[in-house]
Formats: sequence, structure tokens, C-alpha cells
Amino acid sequence: MWAALDILTQANFWAATLRIATPLIFGVLGALLCERSGVLNLGIEGIFVAGAMSGWLAVYLGLPLWGGVVVAALVGALFGLIHGLLTVPLGLSQHVTGIGVTLLATSLAYFGYRVAFPNVATPPRIEPFPPLDVPLLRDVSFLGPVLGQQTAFTVLAFACVILLAVLLARTPLGLALRAVGDNPEAVEAQGLSVVGLRIGAVMAGSALMALGGAFLTLSAFNAFYFGMINGRGWVCIALTVFASWRPGKALLGALLFGALDAYQLRLQTITGGAVPSQIFLMLPYLFSIAALVLVARRADYPRALMKPYFKGQR
Amino acid sequence: MIRFVPRERTPLWLTLAVSVGAGVVALVLTAIPLALSGAPVLQAFLLMAQGAAGSGFAFAETLTRATPLIFTGLAAAVAFRAKLWNIGAEGQLYAGALATVALGAGLLELPPYLLVPIVLIGAALAGAALLLVPVLFKMRFGADEVVVTLLLNFVVLLFVQMMLEGPMKDEMALGWPQSAPVLDEAALPKLVSGLRLHGGLVLAIVCAIALHVLITRTVWGFRIRAVGENARAARYAGLPVGRAMALVGLLSGGLAGLAGASEVAGLKGYLTADLSPGFGYAGIVVATLANLSPLGVIPAAIFIAGVFVGADSMSRAIGVSNYLADLVVALSLLSVLVGGLLARFRIVLVRRETA
Repeated sequence: MWAALDILTQANFWAATLRIATPLIFGVLGALLCERSGVLNLGIEGIFVAGAMSGWLAVYLGLPLWGGVVVAALVGALFGLIHGLLTVPLGLSQHVTGIGVTLLATSLAYFGYRVAFPNVATPPRIEPFPPLDVPLLRDVSFLGPVLGQQTAFTVLAFACVILLAVLLARTPLGLALRAVGDNPEAVEAQGLSVVGLRIGAVMAGSALMALGGAFLTLSAFNAFYFGMINGRGWVCIALTVFASWRPGKALLGALLFGALDAYQLRLQTITGGAVPSQIFLMLPYLFSIAALVLVARRADYPRALMKPYFKGQR
Repeated sequence: MIRFVPRERTPLWLTLAVSVGAGVVALVLTAIPLALSGAPVLQAFLLMAQGAAGSGFAFAETLTRATPLIFTGLAAAVAFRAKLWNIGAEGQLYAGALATVALGAGLLELPPYLLVPIVLIGAALAGAALLLVPVLFKMRFGADEVVVTLLLNFVVLLFVQMMLEGPMKDEMALGWPQSAPVLDEAALPKLVSGLRLHGGLVLAIVCAIALHVLITRTVWGFRIRAVGENARAARYAGLPVGRAMALVGLLSGGLAGLAGASEVAGLKGYLTADLSPGFGYAGIVVATLANLSPLGVIPAAIFIAGVFVGADSMSRAIGVSNYLADLVVALSLLSVLVGGLLARFRIVLVRRETA
């Protein structure tokens, strides 16, 4: 019993929480940016895969690590453009198009990987982002080891939370983005382009999603594996509702999820096989479903979410 | 200026042309990454066609692969008709497969004419029960069924792995996590000796016809369509929206469950955790290609199955990755979505009015 509580005092556990949460922070921020503008982006799962694969491949082929980050973001934005073009001006079903983008991005990434590496037994590796190891912080007890293990990529995630929060709440662009997801007619009346704003938001949001994937191959691990995303993208969609489309709460949701995932991994080793490991592995998914169901009733959905807008039509 | 003018009704030939055209466009678009990868494009496509339908044997293999896709395609078609976004056919398929093994691998010892129906009904009920949870969450709490069905896929797959490593593990299987084989009395009959084609295909086609009749000729079919067209209007008109949704959930989940039963009792004989290479997700593509028509699901499933079987065979011959098949499938889905606009709207060029 004490061993189960003791986990919470280990620096190692909190370090893992931050590491697991980082890709989800990017994913939830990306999803909420898309949805705030009125577009559900179920391409997220595939965009994670494409970001993980393209960012990693760019570094493997000789780009610096931050070059890989940029490549992943561009690839994400490209898939966002596809999703945006199909769902915004053409008004196609956001559900089915999103699934289509996920299938397309995943299969392109897998096919590309197989073309680049036809028969490799072990996945090729890169030199990933090093731990930060900040000189003064290093010696602070507890916080030192927790934060010291993180990389610059995690810092970028936290910076994105602040940037997006400020952008949405304090800038004219943010106001326009929020308005376009609530009341596109009003935006049109202001002389702004609904189509332009929405496509821009979906591209930027998809770029953020791709960064979540790239974190896995450039920072958390050092190689690309098939099936490494394993539903992380879908989890982000659930956490977005949980976060009521707010960047601050998105950070909270991702950290909670990270803590739960890190906790179940450690609990597995304590119980020593008495409980099947799959029970623990199910917990994060069940937690996401529970979080979604609990908040769904009073969730304040962007009012024009999933409603295509056509100029001059009501 | 270009304007989209909605069509009053879409002629059948146009609907068909859009689906066929989407398949062709998908193949053409796939040629781009294929050419970039340095593979011989024409040879690859020829080998795919040969592998899918070049001989009676090859085509039988395609039909065998199409069988689960017809079931999952129907599952998606009936759900999407009612705008119930069931993306969980993959999990429901595994639930059906688990039920098949639970009932058919020795628990019940009955003659085939009793055991086969019991196993099939059990599998359908298992799939349906799994979908009723998200439907209930949607109706009761307003929780988006897309996310819940998607996440349940992962939960179910973990549950299957747990059962296969624990209570359902076949001790005879030399350490491989697989279930005990289903009894001969529970197995679906082979259709032609020497081929892998099995009774699941006949059942799938019967289900497609039955669903077609249900949707086009019955009151419940009308209600399902009405809920899908406009749920608020349907409620206002006094239709039982909740019960219609529950029925759709039962049908959709049940059909996906049958896909699992058909694969286990008709083809594999036992359950492993890699039973389905994404049949549930491919079912969404099949249904969309078929324009959500139950009868259209049959040719659409055969096309998608042909792409997979053909790509496997092409991959063995010239070593191009068979992930090419997934690429064709994804591009088919996006093409048919865009093509569907042509079926629903007339595209008219309007001259700008001069003042």
C-alpha cells in the first residue's frame, strides 16, 4: 500500500509525467485551435504519425534537430491544408474527411518509411534532443532532477500554451478566430474571410499536432516505430472537450493524463504480475472516456463547430 | 463565379460514376508516390490487378478478404445513414470474435444447425452491446460517440490480449497467445473445396440484401433515414428518435460483431490478437464508396479487398511495400468524398452581374 503512494514522491515519476504529457499538450492545443475556429480535425491521429516520421527522417538525413521540428510542422500544416480545403470551402463531412486524412497521413508515412528503409531489422536511430541540465537548477533538490531530465522540446510545448492562450484571449486575430467558430456570419459582416481564418487555424493546429508526433521520435525516443502513436491523437480529441477549449486547461488535462499513465506503468511493476498488465494499459483510455462523459453535458462547444459556412446562405 | 446548385435528385448513373471514378482517381494519385519511390508503376499496377483477379484462385482470395469488409461496410453504412458516427467497428469485430470463441470452442456441445446460429447470434449481440455503451453515452450525456468508439477499440484489443494470455489461452499452442480452436460443429462451411471461401460470404450478402429491404421498404428504415436527415425535425414530427438510434446501434454493432464471427468460425478457426488488419476502419471507406447503400457495399468491399490482396501479391513479386494498398484506400475515401459533391450539386458558372 505504502509502495503505491511512495511512487508520488519519486522525482522519476514526475519527470515521466512531463515526458508523457508533452506530445499531448501539442495535440490538445492543435485540436482546440482547429475546433475553436469551427472545424473538428480527426486527422490528428495520422498527423501525429506523419509528424513523427517526417521530423525524424529529416534529422536522419542530416538536418539539425530544430530543422526536423520545422519539417514536421510543415508536413502537419500540409495535411491541415488538405483537411481545411475539403471541409471549409467544400463543406464535406468533418468526421469522414478527418478519418480520410488520418488514413492518408498514416499510409504515406508508413509507405515512405518502407521505401526509405526496405529491409531493416532494427529501426535506425538518431541523436535525440539532450536533457536540459540547466547549471543552477541541477542542484535544486527534487525539482532539479524532474526538470533536468526534460528537453528543449518540452519547453517549447509550455511556450506554445502561453502563446496560444495570449493569442486567443488578447489579440484581434484571436478574437476573430473565436468568433469564426461561434458566429461566422458576424465575422463575415466585419469584412473578414471565414474561409481564410478557418483554413489558417486548421493548418496551424495541424502543425502543432505534428509537433506532438515529432516529440516522440526526436526527444522521447530516437527512432520511428510502426504503431508508436497508438491512439494518442484520439486521446487528445477527448482531452480537448475536457479542457473546454482553453489552453490553460489543456495543459492541466495533458498533465493529469501524463501522471495517470506514468503512475500505471509504475504500479505494474509493484503488483509484479498479480494483475494482468493490460488492465493497467486500459486505464488511460478509460480515463479519457470518463473525462469526456463527465464534462460532455455542460461542455461549452464552439457554437459553429462542425457547421460548414457558405457565403450568402443561412 | 462558380456556384454549387443543389440537385433535386441524383441520377443512378451519376452515383455509380462517382464511385467508380473515385477508385480510378485514387489509383492514379497513388502512382505519384509509387513513381517517386522509383518502382515500375505500370508493372506494379498490372501485378496488383493480376494478384486480385488474374485467376479464379486469386479472385476467390479477394472474395474471402471482401467478406469481413462487407460486414464492417454495412455496419458503417447503417450507422452513417442515421449520422451515428460509429468508428468502433474494429473493436466490435473483436467483441464478436471473442464471443465466437467463448461459445464455439467447447462450452456448448450441440449439432451444427444449433451451434452455428447460437455462435452467430452471440457474436452479433457482443458487437451490439459494445456499441450500445457509446450510444447511451451520446443520448444520455451528450458525449461524442466518435471519440468514445475510437478509444473503446484500444480497450477491447487490450482485453482480447488479456484473455488470450490468460483464461482463453490455448495450452496446446506452444506459448503463442491464441485461443482454443472452435469446434467443427461451430465452423462455417467451406463453399468450394480447395479454396478458403466460406459461408460467411453468403451470410454477408444475405445481410446486405436484408439491410437494403429494411432501409428502403420498412417504417423503421424510414425512421432511420429521417433521423439522419434531420434529427430535430424527426423529433418534432414525433418520431421515436431514441429508439431509432438504439436500433441503429444494435444493427451496426451486430454487423461488425458478425465480421469477427465470420473471420474466426469461417476462416481462421481460432482467435489471435492480430485477427483484423483494420477491417473496421476500412469498412468506413467501403461504406462511403458505396454512397451508404447496403447493396453498393458488396462491390465496394470487393474493390477494397482486391486492392489489399493485389498489393500483397505485387509486394511479394517486386518488393514494393504493401502499405501501397492503404494509400489507395485512403485516397479512394477522399476522392469519393469530393466526387460526391458532383453528385449532390450542379456546378454552374455564373457571370458576375454588371451594374
